[in-house]
Amino acid sequence: MAGVSMKDIKLRIKSMESTKQITKAMQMVAASKLRHAQERVANSRPYFEILSETMDDIIRSNGEFTSPYVTARPVKTVCYVAIAGDRGLAGGYNSNILKKILGEMKALRCAVCVLPIGKKAAEFFRSAGIPLLTEAYAEAENVSIGDCFTMAKELSKGFLAGEFDEIYLGWTNFVSVLSQVPATRGILPLVRQPLEAKEAAAEVLYEPSAEAVFDAIVPEYLGGTIYGALCESVASELAARRTAMDAATKNAEEMIGDLSLKYNRARQGAITQEITEIVGGAES
Amino acid sequence: MSTFRLKIVTPDGLCFDGEAEQLSVRTAAGQVGILAKHIDFIAPLGMGQATIYTEGKTRKAACIGGMLSVLNGEVTLVPTTFEWAEQIDAERADASYERAQKVLHQKDSSAQDIRLAQARLKRALIRKSVAQNSK
Repeated sequence: MAGVSMKDIKLRIKSMESTKQITKAMQMVAASKLRHAQERVANSRPYFEILSETMDDIIRSNGEFTSPYVTARPVKTVCYVAIAGDRGLAGGYNSNILKKILGEMKALRCAVCVLPIGKKAAEFFRSAGIPLLTEAYAEAENVSIGDCFTMAKELSKGFLAGEFDEIYLGWTNFVSVLSQVPATRGILPLVRQPLEAKEAAAEVLYEPSAEAVFDAIVPEYLGGTIYGALCESVASELAARRTAMDAATKNAEEMIGDLSLKYNRARQGAITQEITEIVGGAES
Repeated sequence: MSTFRLKIVTPDGLCFDGEAEQLSVRTAAGQVGILAKHIDFIAPLGMGQATIYTEGKTRKAACIGGMLSVLNGEVTLVPTTFEWAEQIDAERADASYERAQKVLHQKDSSAQDIRLAQARLKRALIRKSVAQNSK
């Protein structure tokens, strides 16, 4: 057999086998975690939807009040909340979302800063030379709902103080186990949709006042939005890892098959050679 | 008594979806009671006990943060945390209460710690009282 000795092939088969074990284990871990994450997504979605519906209703039904949260101003600094994973080996999950965000940042002609969630996001933006707001949430797995609300409070405080004029959120939408779509969207300032002609502004009672209600609810709304996006992202990461590790396991299996074939050929070749030598020796 | 549609959703899922006769919650401005055919109404929630009166049944819960909205006769409660009285872990609330008390009595606690402890104390007190009220 040309070039490779039997011993080498055997070694490679062995190493492939241990790789396969690792990828298989990772796939199974991701699959079991995914089930929980999927449940969490399903549970948080109604909250997410109702919150944004109510928010839209308030903005639409009340034409006259002004709040800093709905007023667009000249944009000098943009803040991105970037949600990615803590670990690699999840196919294109991390690079898809991070590249999408970086691409959008480059298209903007103003200063940017980033609030990373997930170790990979923090690493990526640090090496890209973009100032990080804080690294307190660099571990996506440990970010709780309470953290999301703290984050939202900080962000809205920064927004009101003029530290940034627009806030965007970048996350990965969990469409299904096989499909995850990276997405970005502006979260502040809130966009006021024009009132349709036929629906008159409804009389709504706000307590204590429309502005006060609005200003109290916005951080809440932001926190809910970030939490929802985080749930989606975590589920997406696990699904991506499961798929990637499934493919890796299959590849390892294929390679082991290939190598075993080569090994058997080499073995057969060696035996044939030995016999020829013995026969040759006996004849002479 | 006429009823209205009430929905309660938290980040952990849908807690209640059905007809109710009356809802009583604590908003940032004080306790409010909502009956059917209420005017459109929106208020941020404070921390307190929520009481839901459904047909012949009264359920109590600890309801903290978030908002209440009444739009077109449909009432939506979107709290940050919402726990039915029977779900409240009284031991955990007690432990949290003790911990918060300890921080508040220490002389060297930072302002941030004190703020957190005060919030924790308030939450624990609400949980405890709701759990007790329902017994």
